[in-house]
Amino acid sequence: MLELIVISTLNGVLFGMLLFLLSSGLTVIFSMMGVLNFAHASFYMLGAFFGYQLTKWIGFWPALIFAPLLVSLIGMAVERYGLRQTHKHGHVAELLLTFGLAFAIEQVVQMIWGKLPMDYRVPAILDFPAFTIFSTNYPAYKMFMLLISVAIFIALLVTLKRTRVGLIVQAALTHPNMVAHLGHNVGRVFMLVFGVGTALAAVAGVIAGPALVTQSDMAALLGPILFVVIVVGGLGSLPGAFVASLLIGLIQTFAVSMNGSLASLFGPLDPSIGPSLLTDIWNVTIAQIAPILPYVLLVLVLIVRPMGLMGTRES
Amino acid sequence: MRRFLTAAAVALPMLGFGAGAMAQETVKIGYIDPLSGGGASVGEVGLKTFQYLADQINADGGILGKKVEIVPFDNKTNPQESLIQAQKAADAGIRYITQGNGSAVAAALSGFVTKHNSRNPGKEMLYLNYAAVDPVLTNAKCSYWHFRWDANSDIKMEALTNYIKGVPSIKKVYLINQDYSFGQSVRSEARKMLAAKRPDIKIVGDELHPLLKITDFSPYIAKIKASGADSVVTGNWGQDIALLLKAAADAGLKVNWYTYYSGGAGGPTAIKQAGLDHQVFQITEGIPNAGHKSAVDFEKAFREKTHLSLWYPRAVNQMRMFKAAAEKAKSLDPVKVAAALEGMEIEVLDGGKGTMRKDDHQFLQPIYISSFGSLTDKEPFDEEGTGWGWKLVAKIDTAQATLPTTCKMKRP
Repeated sequence: MLELIVISTLNGVLFGMLLFLLSSGLTVIFSMMGVLNFAHASFYMLGAFFGYQLTKWIGFWPALIFAPLLVSLIGMAVERYGLRQTHKHGHVAELLLTFGLAFAIEQVVQMIWGKLPMDYRVPAILDFPAFTIFSTNYPAYKMFMLLISVAIFIALLVTLKRTRVGLIVQAALTHPNMVAHLGHNVGRVFMLVFGVGTALAAVAGVIAGPALVTQSDMAALLGPILFVVIVVGGLGSLPGAFVASLLIGLIQTFAVSMNGSLASLFGPLDPSIGPSLLTDIWNVTIAQIAPILPYVLLVLVLIVRPMGLMGTRES
Repeated sequence: MRRFLTAAAVALPMLGFGAGAMAQETVKIGYIDPLSGGGASVGEVGLKTFQYLADQINADGGILGKKVEIVPFDNKTNPQESLIQAQKAADAGIRYITQGNGSAVAAALSGFVTKHNSRNPGKEMLYLNYAAVDPVLTNAKCSYWHFRWDANSDIKMEALTNYIKGVPSIKKVYLINQDYSFGQSVRSEARKMLAAKRPDIKIVGDELHPLLKITDFSPYIAKIKASGADSVVTGNWGQDIALLLKAAADAGLKVNWYTYYSGGAGGPTAIKQAGLDHQVFQITEGIPNAGHKSAVDFEKAFREKTHLSLWYPRAVNQMRMFKAAAEKAKSLDPVKVAAALEGMEIEVLDGGKGTMRKDDHQFLQPIYISSFGSLTDKEPFDEEGTGWGWKLVAKIDTAQATLPTTCKMKRP
């Protein structure tokens, strides 16, 4: 029992940190610009593919620097020539633009790299088990992911709370119009923020690529859960996203490790009722519904606390 | 209105005739499988395989002097979309369709050709199924117009459990499968057959997880580890098998994996990355390194041309048999070809006899169990450039890979 708890906690924290790595950029973009970037997971995918390609040419560590830079250039171009033009037509137009962009990026990735998974490997220097607990290995690479996540969290938090850029972000959260009226070069700041947000997604891609499968449908796989993270955490709240990532990671892993069902709790149904919808519900285990629990959480949070766990704005 | 109807009555048969005349020049086979979306990587490989096989037949003079043409239709792995595409194929005068990815799609298509043929006598279509393995298709829901070349999942489990019967080191088995019709049938058959053949084996876990939704399998691996299993049986395919094996290797889980589809696109790469040398077993109707002379030559030529390894030996059997049946019937009329296919026997790609069982249109053939890992001189082919490949572990003869059918075939 202790073994399962310790291991599930570890797995949950690791998965949660991966989620945070992904959602941090999304949250930054939303809190600053009010744009719900549907293409965020696509930038993450671009990061993974660029990371794979650059790793082949110049090695993993340079790729970890250059792939996010490249992706942030693309992100800034999207902001400058796409979002800024649609901004005057309101949020729906922006939303649709990023929505379309997600499909476009997927198609381009398929055209260049094809539809098969890439052979993107963990760098040799990190390819060893970091420690063993209850005879389960924890690879060094996962610890590296954890470290990067925490480092990004701290760096972003310091930037947001202690610097001038952070001041503007904070102000934009509560008084978006006032900030614009104060005469900041809003255009350039928005472009940079979008660039930073997409670069964060790309960092997640470069790092998650070898750990997961680098394939043209990887964006579609992780896209939905990111929105759960930032809505549960509170739109635009960085600590909220951090807590929500951990929460979702832990809920999912613990649910998977539980085999209980209504049948095991209350005993099997009377066989005279026969097979029906009820017997399906009765026999389904918690483990089986684990992957939908985050979405249940999303619905609950929206009903009970629409601003999210740590959000400040109801939108 | 009457004039319109008259015009339509004149025009429609002409249209139909036109399409029929066009179809006479070549034998068109509609390939209805995913060419976009999540299933595209698999669908693409199938398409290339069939195009290669068609080219090969054409180079030998075609079928009854007619060239074979593969016409791709994208069904996005969706049953509704597949019906639309099948109708498109029918409208274009295509009389043969082939499909393999997804048993829900296969059930829809089998129903489609059955209905189509009863409503359009003289324009019958034949459905050649190269990979959808739901047993229902050749049992309760069998159709005269459906022929299947892959062993259905029950037959594969029969062959696998016949192998497991002779391996006493397997004592604790963990089942993990995708939560839909195929995964559920793998799980229930495994339970049933293991209980009958090896009552001493303990099923220490039985997991169903959502289809193609999991990004991190480590919680499942933790459970497998906690259960003390020595072997895992899984029908997972696509990223569900790749990510599962990766997570297992990360955690250092030491078990043997008995799989249906670990050889699919991305699987070998994942196994090599994970370093699971000869710990992953696969059950198929043929492997590149089986050593049969003509199959080796075929594999070599196929790889040279397509840069893929042959993942569908059954497609080779299917096309060869299709040609043989048309020649036996001396006609490309689907009704006559179907009659010729029934009970037909051929030499399968990897050697040995295969029979298209008349009762249910299920192809019966030898089944191979192979493991993936480092190779010796006797195994020339690796997979996905990993340097590792499939090594023959056991050949299950046709008699050991056969199950009775419950099909009550309605013949036209």
